[in-house]
Amino acid sequence: MVTAATSFSRSGVSDWLIQRFSAIILGAYTLFIVGFIVAHPGLDYTTWKSLFIHPLVRIFSLAALLALVAHAWIGLWAVITDYLTSRLLGAKAIVLRLLVLAIFAVVTFAYMAWAVQILWGLQ
Amino acid sequence: MKKVRPVNLDMSTIHLPVTGWVSILHRISGVVLLGGVLVLLWLLDASLRSQDSFAHLQAMLSGLGVKLVVWAVLSALAYHLVAGIRHLIMDMGVGETLEGGRRGAKLVLVVALGVIAALGVWLW
Repeated sequence: MVTAATSFSRSGVSDWLIQRFSAIILGAYTLFIVGFIVAHPGLDYTTWKSLFIHPLVRIFSLAALLALVAHAWIGLWAVITDYLTSRLLGAKAIVLRLLVLAIFAVVTFAYMAWAVQILWGLQ
Repeated sequence: MKKVRPVNLDMSTIHLPVTGWVSILHRISGVVLLGGVLVLLWLLDASLRSQDSFAHLQAMLSGLGVKLVVWAVLSALAYHLVAGIRHLIMDMGVGETLEGGRRGAKLVLVVALGVIAALGVWLW
């Protein structure tokens, strides 16, 4: 059996399910933030800040961040395994895919660290 | 088995159906969002850092360049979300026939264009 060493959960079915769960969290978070902005025309700094300082919103934001990492990994993996293939690129395809995922991992980690700092630096 | 087997994937001879366009746009918008997250985090950071930073961001957002970038990122997000909701609906067994798939795909394009237009109106 060929195992996909770089897929998010090493299982297609599990990846499929994680992609759906993370999508629901991300969709709900997006609609929540958009809803808040729409409900507050002429939004000022104090109101905006009070939203993100709320403990439940912090937890929701953290959940959305973690969901984003999983969702983006699974999505990017699906895209590069379809287009950066050995048939198109020969032996260097695997190297290129690993390189893309490695860059993605570093960038995503930086995003995470930054986001945590933005949200937990608030007081 | 022959190592080099014939494959007909000459992109110039393939005419994408509407479902294909909706699918490839979902992928493109997803890849765009990998970079788009950077813009969204910058917006979050600048809007939350301080009162001054919030005011400075508001001023920046009236500039055409910044506005276009933000609109592009929000458009990718809107499209990706709408197309994603179609996926979830299809997972429940709705719109899985050929005709249903086509109808759903057209609906995604119409709804996404509507949301993107609304975002444009909201930003300007």
